[in-house]
Amino acid sequence: MSDEDKTTGPEQSGPEGHVTGVPATNDPEVKTVGTRTGMFGTHGTGDTSGFGGLVAPIVYPGSAERPFGGWYDEVADALEPAFTAAWSVVVHRKEITFHVRREDLLAVMWLLRDDPKLRFELCTGVSGVHYPDDDGAELHAVYHLLSMTHNRRVRVEVSVPDADPHLPSTIAVYPTNDWHERETYDMFGLIFDGHPALTRILMPDDWPGHPQRKDYPLGGIPVEYKGGTIPPPDERRSYN
Amino acid sequence: MATEDIYAGSTETTDGKVFTVSGRDWDDIVEGLSGVDGVEERVVVNMGPQHPSTHGVLRLILEIDGETVTEARCGIGYLHTGIEKNIEYRSWVQGTTFVTRMDYLSPFYNEATYCLGVERLLDIEDDIPEKASVMRVLLMELNRLSSHLVCIATGGMEIGALTVMTIGFRERELVLDIFELITGLRMNHAFIRPGGVAQDLPVGALDEIRAFIALMKKRLPEYAALCNANPIFRGRLEGVGVLDLAGCLALGMTGPVVRSTGYAWDLRKSEPYCGYEDYDFDVQTWDTSDSYGRFRVRLNEMWESLRIIEQAAERLAGLEGAPVMVADKKIAWPSQLSIGSDGMGNSLDHIRHIMGESMEGLIHHFKLVTEGFRVPAGQAYVPIESPRGELGAHVVSDGGTRPFRVHFRDPSFTNLQATSVMSEGGQVADVIVAIASIDPVMGGVDR
Repeated sequence: MSDEDKTTGPEQSGPEGHVTGVPATNDPEVKTVGTRTGMFGTHGTGDTSGFGGLVAPIVYPGSAERPFGGWYDEVADALEPAFTAAWSVVVHRKEITFHVRREDLLAVMWLLRDDPKLRFELCTGVSGVHYPDDDGAELHAVYHLLSMTHNRRVRVEVSVPDADPHLPSTIAVYPTNDWHERETYDMFGLIFDGHPALTRILMPDDWPGHPQRKDYPLGGIPVEYKGGTIPPPDERRSYN
Repeated sequence: MATEDIYAGSTETTDGKVFTVSGRDWDDIVEGLSGVDGVEERVVVNMGPQHPSTHGVLRLILEIDGETVTEARCGIGYLHTGIEKNIEYRSWVQGTTFVTRMDYLSPFYNEATYCLGVERLLDIEDDIPEKASVMRVLLMELNRLSSHLVCIATGGMEIGALTVMTIGFRERELVLDIFELITGLRMNHAFIRPGGVAQDLPVGALDEIRAFIALMKKRLPEYAALCNANPIFRGRLEGVGVLDLAGCLALGMTGPVVRSTGYAWDLRKSEPYCGYEDYDFDVQTWDTSDSYGRFRVRLNEMWESLRIIEQAAERLAGLEGAPVMVADKKIAWPSQLSIGSDGMGNSLDHIRHIMGESMEGLIHHFKLVTEGFRVPAGQAYVPIESPRGELGAHVVSDGGTRPFRVHFRDPSFTNLQATSVMSEGGQVADVIVAIASIDPVMGGVDR
């Protein structure tokens, strides 16, 4: 009997790269982004419960493998020519997400809009997400697309490093993304190259920083009681 | 200066010549400047953000040539309240309290799309009780009525049709009374919660709704009688703010604007949620692509909403006593509300239970209310058909008790981009009509 066979129980199994201590899933791969520590926001000697010592990985749904099922494969096949390098697909809760490199983004978008098999006529905007623990891909731009012809929805996600937050603007393909890209720039500092007027849209023009980023400093509230203050929300004791 | 205020620095305009003129005849000014190099006649008018015709705090920057608008740009952000950021520091259930305040004319839609997204991530979409879904539909359709009424009312006011405004707000008040009866609040309800709705229908609500439907069937024709064939009304609206289907899709327009081009696109039909496939209603369209068409689409949609409300009320009559919250006690909000002599408040029965009878009940209540539930990591986007078009919440979870990121794709925000296309080349007065036909709500635009 080899060593591998002795380790029984679902927690022990899993392919290479699988995080230990996580229940095994049927997904071939899960994506770990950071860890969660503690439980009640207490650390050190104040914590008598021991829950403060908990460490749990933050795990996102992993990429799927063919066949994706249903019309997902049709869309993936039609999109294939637009990719010049690695790309991946996540199917989670019946929603399909194409993770695309920024170099391929424009080609993907053109194809999504114009290919008769795809026909994603409507882009419902860009949504930025900041994953500070996702090394080398901290900033994500998420596009939701709708094909009215085929009544399908896909999500296209591009991730860029914080140090180089550039990605191509898609407004040549979907003019509606004009304001959405400005908002994402305003809130996350993502720079959409080729946007004709990438200025702030919701915050004042001279605002410092990008408020929706996770590292944006939050203000505390001074209260008039013996010099007390209410700490900023991210420094308060909280569940996590 | 000892400390420099980074938020209130002063700037000097240094490029180009600046002339300050006030209170003179324009022709005199132009004549006086005729000899100066590099001066062209170009008037830029700032309209808003505090202007009664700009639908709240919308700032319009209009470049005009006489009465003709040559360029129109929007300045937004005056109502930015950082709701999306705030949600990230609250529990998943508390999120509804924030999102309901975004587009304040359609609070139930904000709550619904957020909750549908959270429910998809929780994978409890199929476990939502029937009564909760029917109540959601009922409230959303009542909300569509009140929202369209405000749109028509304020749109009428902005072009000088004051009677349209007074009767619009008169009827909206009736809808808000029903909201108050059911949820306890006229606006900002936070009534639709992840897993269902906050509480059951109160006694007598269905009778009120039936009486309201009967009254609306008498009152809705008044709008048609006042406006549909009114030559002044038609003269102001017809051919104004035209945008065809290709333009709509390029600019991401949805809702009544796209339906006014004759394309029957409605998420209630194409991607039914909350059981909309069980209701009998039609998608209303018009074929003129202009402001008048959008007005007629809204007017007709109110009739369709009434049909849906009728069917929902019928179904609710047969669902008395059915659960309105998901059965999973790890998600369902533990406490209930009840109506006392001084209005709606905590249910005394529940307080007696947790304070006097059951320690486990108290722990359970405490855990769910303070910590909340955890939502599996991932992202979801469940759009719904709001009165203004496709409203969707991109909900991202990292597996914690608080939303990692919630982004609202608000139709007002997207549709407002069409201001330039709809109003350039037209008259200044038509800018107002075009914007009113988009029906932007600045609370949703700026969030």
